[in-house]
Amino acid sequence: MAAAKKHDHDRNPPAHTTRLTGSEILWATLEGEGVTTVFGYPGGAILPAYDALRKFPIRHVLVRHEQGAAHMADGYARASGKVGVCVATSGPGATNLVTGIATAMLDSVPMVCITGQVSSKVLGTDAFQEVDITGITLPITKHNFVATRPEDVAPMIREAFLVARSGRPGPVLVDITKDAQQASAEFDFAAAAPKPHRPHPMLKTESASILQAAELIRNAKKPVILAGHGIIQSNAGAQVITLAERMRIPVASTLLGLGAFPASHPLSLGMMGMHGEAWVNHAIQSSDLLIACGMRFDDRVTGTLATYAPNAKKIHIEVDPAEINKNVKVDVALIGDLKEALEALLPHLAPRDAKQESAWLREIEAGKGEVAVRDIRNLPDSGHLYAAHVMHDLWRATEGKAIVVTDVGQHQMWEAQYYKHDEPRTLITSGGLGTMGFALPAAIGAKIACPDKEVWVVAGDGGFQMTAAELATAAQEHLDLNIAIVNNGYLGMVRQWQEFFYDKNYESTPLLSPDFVKLADAHGIRGTAVSSRSQVLPAVTEARAHKGPYLINFMVEKEDSVYPMIPAGSALHEMIRRPKKSPLVETAQDK
Amino acid sequence: MLHTFVALVEDKPGVLTRVASLFRRLNINIVSLTVGHSERVGVSRMTIVCEASPTAGHRIAASLYKLENVLQVDDVGQLSHVARELALIKVAANPKTRSQVFELAEVFRARIVDLAPESLMIEITGVESKIEGLIQVLNENGDRILEIARTGRMVMRRGQHTSKVLEAMRVPGVETPEELKAEEESAAASDVLMAEETGFRE
Repeated sequence: MAAAKKHDHDRNPPAHTTRLTGSEILWATLEGEGVTTVFGYPGGAILPAYDALRKFPIRHVLVRHEQGAAHMADGYARASGKVGVCVATSGPGATNLVTGIATAMLDSVPMVCITGQVSSKVLGTDAFQEVDITGITLPITKHNFVATRPEDVAPMIREAFLVARSGRPGPVLVDITKDAQQASAEFDFAAAAPKPHRPHPMLKTESASILQAAELIRNAKKPVILAGHGIIQSNAGAQVITLAERMRIPVASTLLGLGAFPASHPLSLGMMGMHGEAWVNHAIQSSDLLIACGMRFDDRVTGTLATYAPNAKKIHIEVDPAEINKNVKVDVALIGDLKEALEALLPHLAPRDAKQESAWLREIEAGKGEVAVRDIRNLPDSGHLYAAHVMHDLWRATEGKAIVVTDVGQHQMWEAQYYKHDEPRTLITSGGLGTMGFALPAAIGAKIACPDKEVWVVAGDGGFQMTAAELATAAQEHLDLNIAIVNNGYLGMVRQWQEFFYDKNYESTPLLSPDFVKLADAHGIRGTAVSSRSQVLPAVTEARAHKGPYLINFMVEKEDSVYPMIPAGSALHEMIRRPKKSPLVETAQDK
Repeated sequence: MLHTFVALVEDKPGVLTRVASLFRRLNINIVSLTVGHSERVGVSRMTIVCEASPTAGHRIAASLYKLENVLQVDDVGQLSHVARELALIKVAANPKTRSQVFELAEVFRARIVDLAPESLMIEITGVESKIEGLIQVLNENGDRILEIARTGRMVMRRGQHTSKVLEAMRVPGVETPEELKAEEESAAASDVLMAEETGFRE
């Protein structure tokens, strides 16, 4: 994935060079690293740090559960491209962060987590609220530290920021003992700078591979670019557009890659994989060259590996050498920062003759007109409200410009299919870990990172309840946040799997929810319920006009499914299609 | 097949756990692991031998390098190198049977480093097969082995190759000779280009 090249921490070294407590050093170092907002929850072992907070110009957002703090820092980082910071106390505070840290790890999000720890004198004694959080988070952080002395704090925090944003970004945890927060040490921000990061001997975008890649691209008849999250993190959108336009190559996106390449671009195919449109997956399967940019051939985008793109050569451009040949064997690997690799590659590529490519583009275009594509979005209003209507109208109303933060499940896939993202960092979603409960807190982080942007939460009725307590955080912070709950009364994606693969045995998926509008009201948040298509746009318009948080409970078709779908273990082209005579669309007058 | 990696790591608490945890996560059994000081203060040298599929080498090395405390990784299995292991073997032997063990030790160029009325201790260095050879001969000879302590394999690449740790740490005044640099670069380049040989899965 991407290498963050610019380290803005060297620009404004703070003036503190005196003797400070470890707590003061913590905040001063964060300030020096450019941190303006942290998300956290106080407790015994982190109290000295909280006591010192008021001396520093850092906004603290009080969450309702530490998982929320981690997701907020994550959403903040994804929306802004900066490092997100969350703070928790020792023991349960620290363990509550775990799901949020793992979410950031799987999606390579730069994040620094600060946890309090019991005093160094009682470490390892099962003291009150002691837990080995560095041991627990070892496999789900890029790196972690324990600071037991005040003089450790500044160098460790600074190194944590460097590690979090360099190479393939990821979360870093710094555990600070209570005595290290309380004791004093000399503080010198500049002197605490980490030593230059070790060079990566495996990073090689040397000319031989570049030439080989260029030759493959020049000779390809049916190339496809696979656009991943790395494009956004490496800020390589412009280079990918140049590559696609110059060589007339269509672009398919991963879920996290949506927005990296404009959805409205004529060469954009849309999302690939398990719930990708059929023509996208067919294009990949019949392609003769895949150019993978900052993506990792996750099992959700490849289907079974044995039959994945059988006739295609593969070029993999990736910053993490451990991703090369992990799932899919590639022919050429360009290991390094995506933007740099593409800049090295582009001069070797002369614009392709438009005629040569048009046959391939026509072949893909023909797939779009296939009869099996039954786009319910365009059906006349039959009294049924489909999630597709909600997403489509939301996209129309916001002109595709809002930051949409989704939860995990059916609504997430419908969002990916029907909301067309033209800008990077406008879709924020938990891809790798698939963390339900992510949307609301991550959206709070995104809104705080981008206060001038319109932010929408899109969540299911199941996932929303996992972190619904953060409604209080949104209310307390007076955030102008819009919340769309796609409410079908089921844990919808699990129900869909039960429908397809478990004989419709809907075990434990019907879901009783509170009246979400009343729940919002209890938090002083405005809300409305929508159950017909004609009400969708007016409700969205109302929410957008309202200052402050606004919740819409969309009561959609209960047993609608996400189509197409590749069953786990099937080939990419073996999709389950929307049934032609679905009882759900029978009443709609489909021609 | 057996893979051998040399990793230069920071000499800090928890580093061994990070390395070991990586193999645990990949569900790969570590056959032997030796750790000791390297030529630099603050840098330890690990030799890790593990059993994994023939194509797993690249991915293991790359994953090792993802650990922040790892300064350098070498997959030495394919390269010309010297491998050695040290073993201490305590054998039951009384004054009557000793001389036989002495003779065996002589053949294997091993040394007797401790002598007690009812036992003696042999020190032997060499490749694993040599050590295993001595153990086998002792067993076949009817000598009762009381204890064996083995260090596990440690290796060093032959020739002028030096560890890149000095360069990696940006130690002033230490520079890699140009021809070596070129050689290493081409070696690294072939790592990348020969994707077929480094693929993790079939």
